[in-house]
Amino acid sequence: MRRITPLDRIALLLTCLIAAYKVVAGVEGLPVLATWAYTAAFGVLIISGLLMIINGFDVLDSPLVVIIATIIPLGLSLGMVIENIPDWQLIYLAFVVVGFLAILLTRYLLPERAAAIALSLVHGLAGILIVGLPIAFVLRGAKPILYLFVSAGGALIGSGGILFALLKTGKPILSVEKFFALIPWILFLMSAAFVLGLGV
Amino acid sequence: MAYSKTVNQSTMKTLTMKIRLYWQMTKSLQTGLLLSTGLAGYMSARCPVQTWQTLLALAGSLFLAISGSTVLNMVYDRDIDARMPRTQKRPLPMGQVRVVEAITLGVVLSAIGIGWAAILSPLYGLVVFTGLFFDVFIYTIWLKRRTPWSIVWGGIAGGMPALAGRVLGLGMIDWVGMMLAVAVLLWIPTHIMTFSLRYREDYAKAGVPTFPSAYGERITSIIIALSSIATAIAMAIAAYGIGITWGYMRLLIILSCGLLAIAIRSMLRPSFKMNFGLFKFASLYMLSSMLLVVLGVL
Repeated sequence: MRRITPLDRIALLLTCLIAAYKVVAGVEGLPVLATWAYTAAFGVLIISGLLMIINGFDVLDSPLVVIIATIIPLGLSLGMVIENIPDWQLIYLAFVVVGFLAILLTRYLLPERAAAIALSLVHGLAGILIVGLPIAFVLRGAKPILYLFVSAGGALIGSGGILFALLKTGKPILSVEKFFALIPWILFLMSAAFVLGLGV
Repeated sequence: MAYSKTVNQSTMKTLTMKIRLYWQMTKSLQTGLLLSTGLAGYMSARCPVQTWQTLLALAGSLFLAISGSTVLNMVYDRDIDARMPRTQKRPLPMGQVRVVEAITLGVVLSAIGIGWAAILSPLYGLVVFTGLFFDVFIYTIWLKRRTPWSIVWGGIAGGMPALAGRVLGLGMIDWVGMMLAVAVLLWIPTHIMTFSLRYREDYAKAGVPTFPSAYGERITSIIIALSSIATAIAMAIAAYGIGITWGYMRLLIILSCGLLAIAIRSMLRPSFKMNFGLFKFASLYMLSSMLLVVLGVL
């Protein structure tokens, strides 16, 4: 595991500050559940950023990371569904709860293959919503163009997640050094994109 | 002329060195953290007399009183400091500062701090004095070498700056101020016990009873985790009582959840690494939550 550098810490601190700003500022006029969904997603970002600042990249070794990290796409996508397609909120909320439980349980109770399938299904659908919903709404003229920043944020975290998964499974595209040099900045850019895009 | 210049330079050098040594004896980081709790306590009161002059006077008097008690503690503990590798390089065990000089420094700082506090408000002065009394006399002189439970009294002393700040802002003692003090009190065991786990042999060598030596590492780890959980709960109650805005409350809830999660994990799988991570997060939590208390009422 690569040692964390002062520059990495700066990027992570900026990530935490941006996410903290969003939690405090919230999004005007949102239903309570959407606010808490966004809060949970940004909250996980803040806590994981702080843990990496304190303990270095070693925290990413924990098997809990995969489970906790799921809250980010699930929280963001749930918030977006409640905000934009409220008719679907109950169904999607059910998917979020079941999806999270599936990832949690398959990780501990079922073989690795089942865990990987659950993870790809849940992350896949949440990711499609985060990237796709803003594009669809901007094209229909229902949202301003700035909303596309959310898609950009989704694409960034998606790429980071894929790179990390490949690294973990021993088929890395980037070397360990390069990946860990990039990840704090991916997190920072992703948070900035979400903060810029959400609430417009 | 040249001789006088050399003498002046030498005097300046000695003075600078002395100030550096005195500064070292005030444990600036710890003092700074306690000072921040006092400032947060004051600002949480949303007092109408919140002028920068009062705020500066609060900061000055608290800084002097906390530094004074820290110096006096170092004087009393100089023998055990000399036996522990972690502390043996402090100015007193190293002989860089004489005992009489340190006592004078500690007494002068404490007296000015408490005197200034009493002039600002007698009740505020009383709370500051109580903190110093608990820290120096009850914790350090009476209990520290007798029982590992001394940290409870050290914790009470640690909670006093937050209460003092609130008292100065409000003019009385209220439950919110008490809850802020309780949050700091509950955070202090996390701080002290983590050190006693890390430097267990040092403390044993110095003959200071600690939780790890009296009850074992596992029980200590569990107590650290439980006290972190209690800190988060106390801080959330205090923030609710203060009435901080919802945005800041959400952030405080997130930080509290983070602290709870790390504490529970550390309790289920105790290890030194986990405990040290919890200790660092708990310190960051205390500083951040005090900042949120201030920002949340602005």
